[in-house]
Amino acid sequence: MNIPKNLFYTKDHEWARIEGKTAYIGITDYAQHSLGDITFIELPKIGEELKQSGYCATVESVKAASEVYAPLSGKVLSVNTELAAHPELINQSAYEKGYFISLEISDVAEKTKLMDAASYERYVEGLTK
Amino acid sequence: MSYIPHTQEDIQEMLSAIGAKSIDELFKDIPASLAPKSFNLPASKSEFVVTQILRKLAAKNATGLVNFVGAGFYDHFIPASVDAIAGRSEFYTAYTPYQPECSQGWLQAIYEYQSIICQLTGLDVSNASLYDGGTALFEAMMMAVRATGRNKIILDSGVNLIYRTMLYTYTSNLSVEFVEIPVVHGQSSREELFKHLDDKCAAVILQNPNFFGAVDDHSDIVEKVHKSGALAIASVYPVSLGMLKTPGEMGFDIATGEGQSLGIPLSFGGPYLGFMAVKNELVRQMPGRIVGSTVDSDGKRGFVLTLQTREQHIRRQKATSNICSNEALCALRAAVFVSLLGKDGLKELAQHNYQKAEFAKEELSRIKGVEVKRSSPTFNEFTVLLPRHGDEVVHRMIEKGFACGFPLGRFYKGMDNYLLVAVTEKRTKEEICRLADSLEAVL
Amino acid sequence: MKLIFEKHKEGRRGFSYGECDVASPKPLAEKYIRKNQAHLASLSELDVVRHFTNLSRFNYSVDTNFYPLGSCTMKYNPKFCEQITSLEGFSQLHPLLPQLSGGGMLAQGSLEVLYESEKLLCEITGMHAFTMQPMAGAHGELTGVMLIAAYHKNKGGRRKYIIVPDSSHGTNPSSAAIAGYEVIVIPTASDGYMDLVEYKKHLNNETAAVMLTCPDTLGIFNPHIKEIADLAHKVGALMYYDGANLNAMLGKCRPGDIGFDVVHLNLHKTFATPHGGGGPGAGPVGVNEKLIEFLPISRVVRRSDGTFALDYQKQKSIGYIAPFYGNFGVILKAYAYMLVLGKDGLISAAEIAVLNANYCLAKLKKYYDLPFDKTCMHECVFSAARQAKNGVHAIDIAKYLIDQGFHPPTIYFPLIIKEALMIEPTETESKETIDAFIKVMIEIARLAEEDPSAVTNAPLKMPIKRLDEVRAARQPDLSWKP
Repeated sequence: MNIPKNLFYTKDHEWARIEGKTAYIGITDYAQHSLGDITFIELPKIGEELKQSGYCATVESVKAASEVYAPLSGKVLSVNTELAAHPELINQSAYEKGYFISLEISDVAEKTKLMDAASYERYVEGLTK
Repeated sequence: MSYIPHTQEDIQEMLSAIGAKSIDELFKDIPASLAPKSFNLPASKSEFVVTQILRKLAAKNATGLVNFVGAGFYDHFIPASVDAIAGRSEFYTAYTPYQPECSQGWLQAIYEYQSIICQLTGLDVSNASLYDGGTALFEAMMMAVRATGRNKIILDSGVNLIYRTMLYTYTSNLSVEFVEIPVVHGQSSREELFKHLDDKCAAVILQNPNFFGAVDDHSDIVEKVHKSGALAIASVYPVSLGMLKTPGEMGFDIATGEGQSLGIPLSFGGPYLGFMAVKNELVRQMPGRIVGSTVDSDGKRGFVLTLQTREQHIRRQKATSNICSNEALCALRAAVFVSLLGKDGLKELAQHNYQKAEFAKEELSRIKGVEVKRSSPTFNEFTVLLPRHGDEVVHRMIEKGFACGFPLGRFYKGMDNYLLVAVTEKRTKEEICRLADSLEAVL
Repeated sequence: MKLIFEKHKEGRRGFSYGECDVASPKPLAEKYIRKNQAHLASLSELDVVRHFTNLSRFNYSVDTNFYPLGSCTMKYNPKFCEQITSLEGFSQLHPLLPQLSGGGMLAQGSLEVLYESEKLLCEITGMHAFTMQPMAGAHGELTGVMLIAAYHKNKGGRRKYIIVPDSSHGTNPSSAAIAGYEVIVIPTASDGYMDLVEYKKHLNNETAAVMLTCPDTLGIFNPHIKEIADLAHKVGALMYYDGANLNAMLGKCRPGDIGFDVVHLNLHKTFATPHGGGGPGAGPVGVNEKLIEFLPISRVVRRSDGTFALDYQKQKSIGYIAPFYGNFGVILKAYAYMLVLGKDGLISAAEIAVLNANYCLAKLKKYYDLPFDKTCMHECVFSAARQAKNGVHAIDIAKYLIDQGFHPPTIYFPLIIKEALMIEPTETESKETIDAFIKVMIEIARLAEEDPSAVTNAPLKMPIKRLDEVRAARQPDLSWKP
């Protein structure tokens, strides 16, 4: 399981890459692996306000639909439009090409509620036991 | 008779394998206090006896009347092959094709049905069927509400009152607001409609031909509807699409309707067939099952239920609809019917309907006191103004062997003397002439 | 097989209407006429008949294969029921006839069928009245929940929630949501029944109703069901019965007697009307006195002279949920079935359905994990968890069964059981058929240990192998393009 060290993680297997006041968001390798081949993703619109742990997106595979929650609160700045035609990017490159959105962080302090890579790794190990 | 194959021997062997002494033991989890307070049903009867009972009941229905009643449900001819195919038990005793490898027959048939609906309506994608034209219209309306995030619906009163009432019933617990637009000289009132079109509108719902039989070209309305950010929904009569401009050509986003006229008997109200076709961008909002084409591991073409994440068995309370069972067998009938006709047959069918209705209009206009409404063009159904109350005329005509039309006073205030007359390809010249003669005599 | 459109030959004609017997009038104005022609195949009648006849032979069906699809009750569809619906007296009747003055007298036969069906269903379920209008089970569920909403609104408080167990069929929460309610999901406890502690915690005077299936979707009769009903009634909530599993209860227990206020039935399950490849079905809804006044318009009534009429005068009715009286053609078949089976036949159906399911349970429990080792009713739920450890999942078992000529049981439902296999043989299947099925299931268990790929590669004998469902969802091809 790939868990990049420079990212932050949630219990629901979302990741956030913080670059100044902007955060890029996606789902982890563990998540894409459990979902199987992703067939469709419903993303928020640019300008939408998201809340930490609030609804962000829906990811669909053939037999399931899973909700994705925002790791941080903020306003959506950009949306990865490649995913419309190529949802498989999430399976192939969960942390890079398969990112979902970027948002303008409204409260940097919320970072403390997230796990770092080491904590997330332990958390995932606990799940797979 | 109970169709149970078990012999006493079978039962004993099975009980012994289970380790139970009697069948009663298997029901021990039901407490005695919950045994039925009564179960007074008649004793079983043989098939022969029941058939006789039902034949007698069927004979109590009068189907000898020459039928000129339409109002959304039409007496069309059903070619024998439709019954023959739909009567094959490999089709009708199967269930939903969730296991594609053993249901390619059904899946392909539905894919062909979907394609046919797209060709008829001129839209991009169809689902595998809904219950009927009314529930299909409700589903279309909810799609618009979800897609736009708005909740005002402009509803033309030329839409069948039965469907309008169904929409009100289904939305009674939801926050949807309706504005009804009156019909002017038979067609949709643009003036009234545009007055109410604003950024709160989720959709405008129109019917073509409308309940009065009037044919229209709604392209101008659709254009304005789109400018306001709302969706345009059309409820249409499929047989008319052999001739009339399609909802696709007019720019509608969603087309729904009653498919009964495509090879499904009138059968006193059901089962019928709700069809729905949408523009591509709305496909993920569409309710109901959908069949898609794909390939198997050898690269061979095959068909499968797809986009199932919209449906109740996966999405549960977030599903696009709660629909599970649909009208698959009726959809099959429609697919066979349209395939038998082909494009030429469909044109011919529409032409015959139109022709006979025009002839009937001529015959009826000759009657003193009868005024055939001509303010708008019609397809196979038209409105007639009688010199007397419609109910009474209809009653007298039944005595003469005709269901001469639908008295509009039943559905519309102030229209007691109006009659809605439908003429399908089944009505012969002779029947139409006799209708006119009898009506003349009654009046 | 080729698509019908791929068999098109320009100029070929199938069905033709012949010459029109009236003269050709002026055509409609150009702007009303379609310009883009429909691209429909031109075929001869034989082409069409051969095409669809061949398609029919690519299906598994009850008439050709054992079809133990749990929760669907795929019992034999008596042929005489089919024959009855083709009687012209029934099939040709226009539904608006009773709306014509004096028209009710023209439909006495069909009105009697509706009236008598209602009476029989009332007695079978212990309810006071039925609406035959809902056109499918899920449609019945929505109607039932709307009746519940009308009841509460009438009392002055809408209430917000509907409680469902996590083992419920997806149509329960989705119907509740469409009727404007929020759904509270109660987990199943380790004893296999809805968790009573959680239930009591969430039950309050904002609960509009509790929706339950009985026996539940694990095929087991919940011994606490009366207690659950009494607790609901104490807070003024109503009890809704999902009748999908009624086949186990016929003559043994009635939802009305347990305390259910509203009930829906699936005529295409318990009452043997054919599944039709997905429909049409019928989902009549029964109510007790609390809800009669809210039933949809119209209702069939019997006048003092014995004739039947339609009553449209219902002030508090929820309105029209169907265009007319329901799927009459389906109701007619169910009526014929109820007449033929009668009291003794219906009771036997329940008894043998339960016998057959318990026989499957007894024979297979050594080979498959049984989440709850109790007497089941008309269906039993196994888990393929043991086989999944070797890479053989419920879906693989299903595909292998297909190769052996059996339609698979229901898989992955209820959601609370991992690798669920829900087997419902129904009473019309013989011991020989069930033994043949059991034999293959045991074989699969053995292969899962010794040669898993023999199962995971299935099916191999069907016209197609496993399909690329991911592609079907990612690149939808939903309609033939010319």
